[in-house]
Amino acid sequence: MRELVIILLVLIAAPIVGGLLSGIDRIITARMQGRVGPPLLQPFYDVGKLLGKERILVNQRQVLWAIGYLALVITSLAMLCLGSDLLIIVFVMAFAAICFVLGGLSTKSPYSHIGSQRELLQMLSYEPVLILLAIGVFLQNKSFLVKDIFARPEPLLFSLPLVFVAVLLILTIKMRKSPFDLSTCHHAHQELVQGITTEYSGPYLALIELTHWYELVLVLGLVVLFWAQPIWAGLLLALAAFFIELVIDNICARMTWSWMVKLTWTVGIILCLVNLGFNLI
Amino acid sequence: MGIIQKSQLKSPWVLHYDCSSCNGCDIEILASLTPVYDIERFGIINTGNPKHADVLLVTGGVNRRNARVLKNLYNQMPEPKVVVAVGSCACTGGVFYNCYNILGGVDQVIPVDVYVPGCAARPEAIIDGVVLGLQKLKEKTQMKSEEVAK
Repeated sequence: MRELVIILLVLIAAPIVGGLLSGIDRIITARMQGRVGPPLLQPFYDVGKLLGKERILVNQRQVLWAIGYLALVITSLAMLCLGSDLLIIVFVMAFAAICFVLGGLSTKSPYSHIGSQRELLQMLSYEPVLILLAIGVFLQNKSFLVKDIFARPEPLLFSLPLVFVAVLLILTIKMRKSPFDLSTCHHAHQELVQGITTEYSGPYLALIELTHWYELVLVLGLVVLFWAQPIWAGLLLALAAFFIELVIDNICARMTWSWMVKLTWTVGIILCLVNLGFNLI
Repeated sequence: MGIIQKSQLKSPWVLHYDCSSCNGCDIEILASLTPVYDIERFGIINTGNPKHADVLLVTGGVNRRNARVLKNLYNQMPEPKVVVAVGSCACTGGVFYNCYNILGGVDQVIPVDVYVPGCAARPEAIIDGVVLGLQKLKEKTQMKSEEVAK
């Protein structure tokens, strides 16, 4: 019964929180650029407008993959909130991203194909760090369960500080912020004509926007895990990480995929391995 | 006014296409995105993808080659959509009217909703034009919902 309530809460509250965070993101970015910025509820207006557009589809498979993406992201977020196995959560997130990639590959547009290949390279960059995070948690707690992280009196941040830095690195990739906003860019970027989401329009694009809100809450939830008791400290940590990402977004330009893979595979993996090595000793 | 109709007025995404413009009007359009005019306050985003856009801003006169491209872009945009012709060249052909290669203004090829004259059109006039276009968008969706209701 309690689980059902948590799942319903996640289903309803997470997109609202994600949308508000998205709105705050745009306002802070605008202020950093010397502009005023849109109203706070702008992402909700965007999704509302998209829902009212004509339905144009290239093929039926596109929608299927978009729905798969949404369903799997909601599943992994619900699993995180129910306190289940962190490794399985990482795998479900990977499947969700694969659905997104296959949605981009299902049309013939070269822009969405390049966007999908870049998204695959992004996954290649961040998956090792996520798996090493799960292994680090296991080495600390003797269990992959998120429930046990909350049962720990001492925050994970103190025993996994370098892993936290690596997670900040991949947070930039998951939130699609510069320098890693290669595959699909959220606002006004036209390098690849919107990359993966090129062939999505109207209500189907609204679905993907919604999924991105759920995903934002999910990745910030992973940051909250680093300071689980008391939880308000974890939420503050997540908001601080969110703000750092906005600063990084505004000072960096978009880089190439090879630079991204090189950086995350050297700095990211080495930081994690050093931290885990210290913990084993 | 329903939530969706309110959202349509608050979140117009713009596709900017330059037919054979000298780029004067294009520079003024892009200047509207900069901090001085900041049209993102109105929710306006410059998207490069016709499938994501509501408002098509066209500059420059139309010749036979870019007539095909313009029609293609217009057809790819999902309803409801608004076309704004920016600059005298897009309105009527401007100084290039009656040239051997220019077919005339944009309305020779696609239906135009708002004409913004000027050479180059000022950013304030362009923003006024887009706002007027949004009013027409509201009328279009209202007409459509009345038709469906009948």
